[in-house]
Amino acid sequence: MRRVVITGIGVYSCIGKNRHEALDSLYKGKSGVGIDPVRKEMGFRSPLTGLLTPPDLRSSLDRKHRNTLPEEGAYAFAATSEALEMAKIDLDFLEKNSVGILYGNDSTADAVVSSMDIIRSKRDTAMVGSGSIFKSMNSTVTMNLSVIFRLKGINMTVSAACASGSHAIGMGMLLIANGYQDVIVCGGAQEVNPCAVGSFDGISAFSVREDEPTRASRPFDKARDGLIPSGGAATVILETPESAARRGAPILGEILGYGFSSNGEHISNPNVEGLQTSLEMAIRQSGLARKDIAYINAHATSTQIGDAMEAQAIDAAFGSLKPYVASTKALTGHEMWMAGASEIVYSLLMLHNDFIAPNINFETPDEYSAKLNIPTQRIDTEFDTFLSNSFGFGGTNSTLIIKKV
Amino acid sequence: MEKTELIEKINSILAEEFEIDKTIIQPEKPLMETLELDSLDLVDMVVVVENNFGYKMKSDDFAGLVTFADFYDFISSKTGG
Repeated sequence: MRRVVITGIGVYSCIGKNRHEALDSLYKGKSGVGIDPVRKEMGFRSPLTGLLTPPDLRSSLDRKHRNTLPEEGAYAFAATSEALEMAKIDLDFLEKNSVGILYGNDSTADAVVSSMDIIRSKRDTAMVGSGSIFKSMNSTVTMNLSVIFRLKGINMTVSAACASGSHAIGMGMLLIANGYQDVIVCGGAQEVNPCAVGSFDGISAFSVREDEPTRASRPFDKARDGLIPSGGAATVILETPESAARRGAPILGEILGYGFSSNGEHISNPNVEGLQTSLEMAIRQSGLARKDIAYINAHATSTQIGDAMEAQAIDAAFGSLKPYVASTKALTGHEMWMAGASEIVYSLLMLHNDFIAPNINFETPDEYSAKLNIPTQRIDTEFDTFLSNSFGFGGTNSTLIIKKV
Repeated sequence: MEKTELIEKINSILAEEFEIDKTIIQPEKPLMETLELDSLDLVDMVVVVENNFGYKMKSDDFAGLVTFADFYDFISSKTGG
């Protein structure tokens, strides 16, 4: 098995439209959550959301490229451009080498709904325009980015609900470790609009604490009342250390473990056993002692059952070692298909700047989170290894362990 | 609408939709090549024509459209100009 390292990161999210802005928000514990008045008007139970607007790409991409690119694709283009630049990968390199893309995405709701609105109104399918089909397919991000960046390697979208981004990175690691690819663009994207989350709102999964939006996302807190949907995109560039060295690219971390499992049980409720299986697999594969893992970036989304199950799984795996456990979703809301990738970016930013962002809004523990070491203020500390959990509907679980090289 | 007014309107719409410099549009120039239209873009042309001129183009309509002048005449004939 070959070693797999990360040489570039990029992010476009409600806490920052690039890694520098995101770092600042993480450091200051600044929330990106707010109110979307449109959802209020539409009758949503919760108008809370991560607040962000798509980048203006008119100066970056021509009409043909923009015509097929949906909102989440625009986020992914911005994040990927940043990550490629950091990894010192230019278009000439992409033309001459087999670079792949594995990106997490699990909806294109706005594109689908918008096109059907036009078809119903005009009774003419052509009136949706030529770009609609390419915006409407679940693989829209990988199909668009592979064309824009002229990618010649593996080209595939990973759909695994809220673990999509994490699995995309894990799958990328496996392909590189086994010698199938030297470089893969990995990440996750998430559209941010009412169409994407209307049915999710319908199952009462979202917080209704709209009188204090920045305090609504409260992972592990006893008074948590649901998640806040959010989104954007995050990209990490994976490759071998040898490939990185040839370009003089920075090595931000090495992926030592990728664990996964399926609960095989309830469509929306997680269980402790499934989460533990994923955690234990990643730890075993990493070859690390548990005491070496200083920080756990929890999946914890601020739902009652999800956070409780994860707290139990972490406590079962780490017990008295008590590593720092914090969910950056306290700041970002739940970035869903993107979260598994963005939380790797956020964790790497913290790892390289010697701090752990606070799990804001954690005021009162419940019986499970009381057993964890959850910082409510920023922890200024040097650390070199973190673990990141991502779990999704259908009981899909993913765990990544990354170490500073 | 006067023909010159119609031509100006068409040129402005095409330049904006297909993001080209309006000054490169000349009556005798080839429509498809100048606007860099491929088969997918023809669908967008259908949308542009219907939204701006109220005529629903059919695929056969494109057969006789070689130059911008052809296009001006086509739109003029369909809009009673």
